[in-house]
Amino acid sequence: MALTLKIRCCVVIVLLMASFQSMADTAIDARHFEDPVMAERYRDLTASLRCPKCDAQAIDSSDSPVAADMRERVALMLHEGRADKEILDFMANRFGEFVLYNPRLDGRTWLLWALPAALVAGGALVVIAFVRARRHRRVRPLSEEERTRLSSLIHRHRERSE
Amino acid sequence: MMRRLLLLLPFLVFLGLAFFLYRGLSLDPSARESALIGQAFPAFTLPTLEDPYTEVDESLLRGQMSLVNVWASWCPTCKEEMPQLLALSERGIQMVGINYKDTRDLGRQFLEEFGKPFEVNIFDPAGDLGFELGVYGVPETFLVDANGIVRYKHVGYITPAQVDEVMAEVEKWR
Repeated sequence: MALTLKIRCCVVIVLLMASFQSMADTAIDARHFEDPVMAERYRDLTASLRCPKCDAQAIDSSDSPVAADMRERVALMLHEGRADKEILDFMANRFGEFVLYNPRLDGRTWLLWALPAALVAGGALVVIAFVRARRHRRVRPLSEEERTRLSSLIHRHRERSE
Repeated sequence: MMRRLLLLLPFLVFLGLAFFLYRGLSLDPSARESALIGQAFPAFTLPTLEDPYTEVDESLLRGQMSLVNVWASWCPTCKEEMPQLLALSERGIQMVGINYKDTRDLGRQFLEEFGKPFEVNIFDPAGDLGFELGVYGVPETFLVDANGIVRYKHVGYITPAQVDEVMAEVEKWR
């Protein structure tokens, strides 16, 4: 009985949280596009642009005035028929590289992009080295001397345990 | 020998991480680089706050060095900043205000109440020029050299202690 009550409470809480979440989403993202492709691009762009006023929030979920301005500009530029890259460059040229969640590849950011690839390559090398070392390991049969020693050891162990 | 060195590898990785994390402790998380440093001040044509029939454009910032301050009457720290701006206005530099996302009445009232350090105020009610400048928090101050190039940017209000810092930049680019 107590258990079902707990489960019910959990279900209610989860549902409440889910509804708050959807409320929050609709409150911020109320823009309407006729073209579903453009709506999709709008969603992607506003999710990949970081709000300059906030530390770690995309403009699609931020209440700050500058995020609202940026969303409006993204929508406007989409209607003007600009490409995604143009829009991202436009924002970065005004608000700095900071607003791009995917920083552009340049002199300062090459490490950011190259390091994961280098780490994956390094990991692959280690795995290959392991596998090769294992493959080249040979099984050497025991010599006569070793064999007699082993059987005497086993024998002694059996005697002791009996 | 090689094996020994390999055993040291995790320790070296740890040292590297520790270095970057330790450095991160003293970095300001709200600091942003400005995209505009070294670039020309964006083109604009806007009326002045003082007179709706007088328009100014970017040529206002040519020929002499200017300190361009973005302010608004709804911005509490702008009030705190006014004494510092008044002090800077006495140091031989053109002071230009951008009245950002504000109304004429409130903007003028603000200047009457807290002082008039600006020779001219650009009226930007829609925040378009602010957007071009990448303004994300008012007040922001831009140092523009005689050729109209942005040389320095100060985000947030200039504290009394920072007046000298700003002046040092002014002297550097004069």
